[in-house]
Amino acid sequence: MFENLSHLALQQYWWLIIAVLGAILVFMMFVQGGQTLIRQIAGDETERSMLINTIGKKWDLTFTTLVTFGGAFFASFPLFYSTSFGGAYWVWILILFSFIIQAVSYEFRSKPENLLGQKTYDTFLFINGLIGTILIGAAVGTFFTGSEFSVDRMRIAGGGDSNIISQWENTTRGLEAALNITNLALGLSVLFLARILGLLYFMNSIKDESIFEKSRKHLLYNTIPFLVFFLLFIGLILTKNGFAVNPDTKEVFMEPFKYLHNFIQIPLVLIIFLIGVVLVLTGIFMGFVKKSIYGIWYSGAGTMAAVLALFLIAGYNNTSFYPSTFDLQSSLTIENSSSSHYTLTAMSYVSLMVPFIIAYIAYTWKSLTNKKIDRQEIETTIDKY
Amino acid sequence: MMNQIDLSLVDWSRAQFALTAIYHWLFVPLTLGLSFIVAFMHTIYYRTGKKEWEAITRFWMKLFGINFAIGVATGIILEFEFGTNWSNYSWFVGDIFGAPLAIEGIMAFFLESTFIAVMFFGWNKVSKKFHMLSSWFVAIGSNLSALWILVANAWMQNPVGMHFNPETARNEMMNFWDILLSPTAVHKFLHTVVSSYIVGAMFVIGISAWYILKGRHIVFARKSILIAAVFGLIASIFVAATGDNSAYDVAQKQPMKLAAMEGLYDGETNAGLVAIGVLTPNKEPNDEKDPFLFSIKIPNLLSALAERDVNAFVPGVNDLVYGNPEQNIPAVSQRMKNGKLSIENLRKFNEFKKEGNEIEAAKSLAIFEENYKDFGYGYMDKPEDVVPNVPLTFYSFHLMVALGFLFILIFIVTLYYVYNDKLKDKKWMLRALLWSIPLTYIASELGWIVAEVGRQPWTIQDILPVSMSTSHLSTSSVMITFAMFAILFTVLLIAEVKIMLYQIKSGPKDL
Repeated sequence: MFENLSHLALQQYWWLIIAVLGAILVFMMFVQGGQTLIRQIAGDETERSMLINTIGKKWDLTFTTLVTFGGAFFASFPLFYSTSFGGAYWVWILILFSFIIQAVSYEFRSKPENLLGQKTYDTFLFINGLIGTILIGAAVGTFFTGSEFSVDRMRIAGGGDSNIISQWENTTRGLEAALNITNLALGLSVLFLARILGLLYFMNSIKDESIFEKSRKHLLYNTIPFLVFFLLFIGLILTKNGFAVNPDTKEVFMEPFKYLHNFIQIPLVLIIFLIGVVLVLTGIFMGFVKKSIYGIWYSGAGTMAAVLALFLIAGYNNTSFYPSTFDLQSSLTIENSSSSHYTLTAMSYVSLMVPFIIAYIAYTWKSLTNKKIDRQEIETTIDKY
Repeated sequence: MMNQIDLSLVDWSRAQFALTAIYHWLFVPLTLGLSFIVAFMHTIYYRTGKKEWEAITRFWMKLFGINFAIGVATGIILEFEFGTNWSNYSWFVGDIFGAPLAIEGIMAFFLESTFIAVMFFGWNKVSKKFHMLSSWFVAIGSNLSALWILVANAWMQNPVGMHFNPETARNEMMNFWDILLSPTAVHKFLHTVVSSYIVGAMFVIGISAWYILKGRHIVFARKSILIAAVFGLIASIFVAATGDNSAYDVAQKQPMKLAAMEGLYDGETNAGLVAIGVLTPNKEPNDEKDPFLFSIKIPNLLSALAERDVNAFVPGVNDLVYGNPEQNIPAVSQRMKNGKLSIENLRKFNEFKKEGNEIEAAKSLAIFEENYKDFGYGYMDKPEDVVPNVPLTFYSFHLMVALGFLFILIFIVTLYYVYNDKLKDKKWMLRALLWSIPLTYIASELGWIVAEVGRQPWTIQDILPVSMSTSHLSTSSVMITFAMFAILFTVLLIAEVKIMLYQIKSGPKDL
C-alpha cells in the first residue's frame, strides 16, 4: 500500500502526522495550563487536591504525546532532530527539565517523607506549566522565523572546519528564540490557550460550585491576553517574508507574504484554521456565558484544528519548515530532512495503529471520568495524588 | 581529522549519557519485573475476590507507582539526548534508529500511560475485569517499550539491515525485519527484560522477608514470597541461558568486547574461561606483562561458549589490534587505512558529483564502498584506540555472572524453605534475602556496563566512533547540564527512597 507512494507523498503524509501529534500535544497541554492555575482557583486544601487530581489522571498522556512527538520527528525527519535538538540545546534542555520535575511531582507531592515537601512539588508543576508551554510555543515559532545554523553533510568526510554536520551558529543556543517577538507571541498564546483549556477542563470534570465559578471568571482574564498574543502572532506571520522553496532547483528564497499565500493556495487548510479559531471561541463562550461544562470539547477540537493548520502551512506548499537565517540553503524542508523511502514506508504501516490507540484512550478516558470528582470523593478516597 | 573535535566535549557528553542512563536503569528493572508480579496478584484477587489479595495488590502497586514516576522522569531525557548531545549520530543513523524510538512511543508508551491511570484510579470506578486487565496492559506496555529500545541498542552493537547512501551521507534502512529479529536484538531483549524480573522478584521477596523478621504481615509476606520466588527462579534460569546466547553474539560481532570481558590479550585455541581472576594493573596491549596476577580458568570453556567448539580459536586484544595473519585477522592499522580511504572517497564522490564528473564519481564510489566496512576506523588516531577499558569490563562481567548464579541458588533455597514452611525460623536467610535486593540492582547495572563500556570506542560497531557522534557544543554547556542532571536526579532518588521506605515501614493496609 504505502510502498507505491512517491517519496514526496510519504514526506507529506509524515508531515501531516507530525502536525496531528503537535495538534494533540497542544490540546493536551490543558494539563500544563491547569498546573499554572491551582493557586488562583483553589480556595482550600480540598479544592487544591480536586484540581490536581483531575489533571493528574491525564498528565501521563500529555507527557507520552510529547515523547512520541519527539520520536516520530526523529524517525521521519532525522535531520531536524539532529539540527534542532543538538543546536538549540538550551531551549530544549530547559523544556525537558521542566518535564522531568513534572513527572515525579504528582506521585510524590502528598506522600509522607517526600524530602522536598508538597509546596515544592506543586511549584514544580507550576514551573512546568509556565516553561513547558512558553518555550515549546517559542520553539515552534522558529518554524516561521528561522534560526541560525548551517548544515553540511560532507563535514563528516573532513570537508569543512569541523566534523559535525549541523552546527548552531550563535552562542545563545536556542534561547534567542524566546527573545523574538513572533516566537514570544506564539509562546504566550500557547500559555494562555493552555490555561483556557485547563479552566474548561476543571469546569467539565469537577462537580463543585466554587471551582466552577472561579474557573468561569478566570476564563475571561485569560481569553483577553490569549487573543492579543494570538492575533499579534497571526498578524506577524501573515505579513512577513516567508521561506519558500523553488520546487525545481530546491533553492530556498525569501517570498513576501509566503504564509498568507500558503493559506490562500491551500484553501482547505485555511478553512480548517478558521473553523479551529471559531471553535476555540465557541468553547470559551459556552463556558463563560452559557455556563456549560462542555466548552472543553469545542475549544479542544478547535485548538487541534488551528494548530494542525499552522503546522501544515509551515511545511507544505514548497515551504521550509525549519529555516536557517544564517545560511538560507541550509534550511530544512520536508524533502531534504526526511527519512528514506523505505523507512517512511515502514513507519507508515506503524501509523495505522494510531486510530486504534486513540480509540482505547477515548474508551478508558470515558470509563474513568464517568463520575465527576467532587468534594466528598476527594476527602474520602485513598486513591489520589 | 580527530583534532577538530574537542575530546573533552566527547568525554563530558559520554559522562552525561552514562549518568542519565545509569540513573534511568535504577528504576526500569523494577518497573519491568514488578509490573508482572502486580498483574499476577491482581489476577488472583480478581479470581478469588479475597480482601487479602486486594491489600497485597494495592501495596505492591503503590510501590510500583512511586518507582514508575521517577522512571518516566529519568527516561524522557534519554530519548532527546540522542538529538541534544549526539547530533551527528542522529543524522548518521537516524533513518534506522529513529524508527524503534517512534514505535516505542506509539505502541508501548501510550499503552502504559493510558492504563496506568486505570490501574491506580480504577478501584470501584471501572469493572473488576477491566481493572485487572489494565494491570496486564501496563506490564505488557512497559515490557514492549523495553523491546523497542533494546532493538535500537542491539542494532548499534550489530548493525544489520542497512546500507550507506553516499549522497545523503547516512545509513539507510534496507530491511526492518533484519533489524527487529537480529539475534543480537532477540537475545539482548530476552536477557535484559528477564534479568529485570529478578530485580522485581527479589524486591518483593526481600521486603516480605523483612516483615517476617519483624513479625508483621506474616500471611501477606508468605503469599508475596511464594509468587515472587517462583517467578524469580524461572527468570534466573532463563537469564543464564540467554546470557550464554548473548555472549555468543558478542564473540561473533564484537570480538574485542569479548576479549575485554575475559581479559584475554593473546588469543588461543581451547581457550579457558576465567572463573576468578585479578588483573595486572596498568597492563597495556603488547607489553610483556602477564594479564593476570592470579586466575583460575575452566579449560576449553571460553572456546566452547564463543564458538560452540572447544578447539576453536578465540582472538585476544593483541590479535585484534595488531592482526593475526594465521587466523585471518587484519591489523587495525590496515583497517584505519581502509577507513581513511573510504572517507576520502566519500568526499571525492560528492565533489565529482557536484562538478558533473560522473566517471570519476563512479570510481570514487567504488573505492568508498569497497572499504566501507572499515569506515569508522578512518577516524581513529592510533590502533590502540579500539581497546575498551579492560578492567572495568572484565570485573563488571565476572561479578554480574557470579551474582546471576547466586540468585538462582537464593531462589531455590527460598522455595525449599517456603515449601517446608521453615522460612520464618531462618533468620539468617531472611536477612540475606533483604540484602539481596541491592545485589540485583548491582548485577543489572553491571550488565549495562559490560555492554556499553565493552563496546567503546564505537557508537555503531566499526562504522561510527563515539568521538564522531557528538553535537557541536561547548564543553562548558555539557558540563553545566551534567551537573544539573547529577544534582536533580540525586535529589529525586533520595526523595524516592525515603518515600518508599516510609511506605514499606507502614506496610499493607487491612492485614
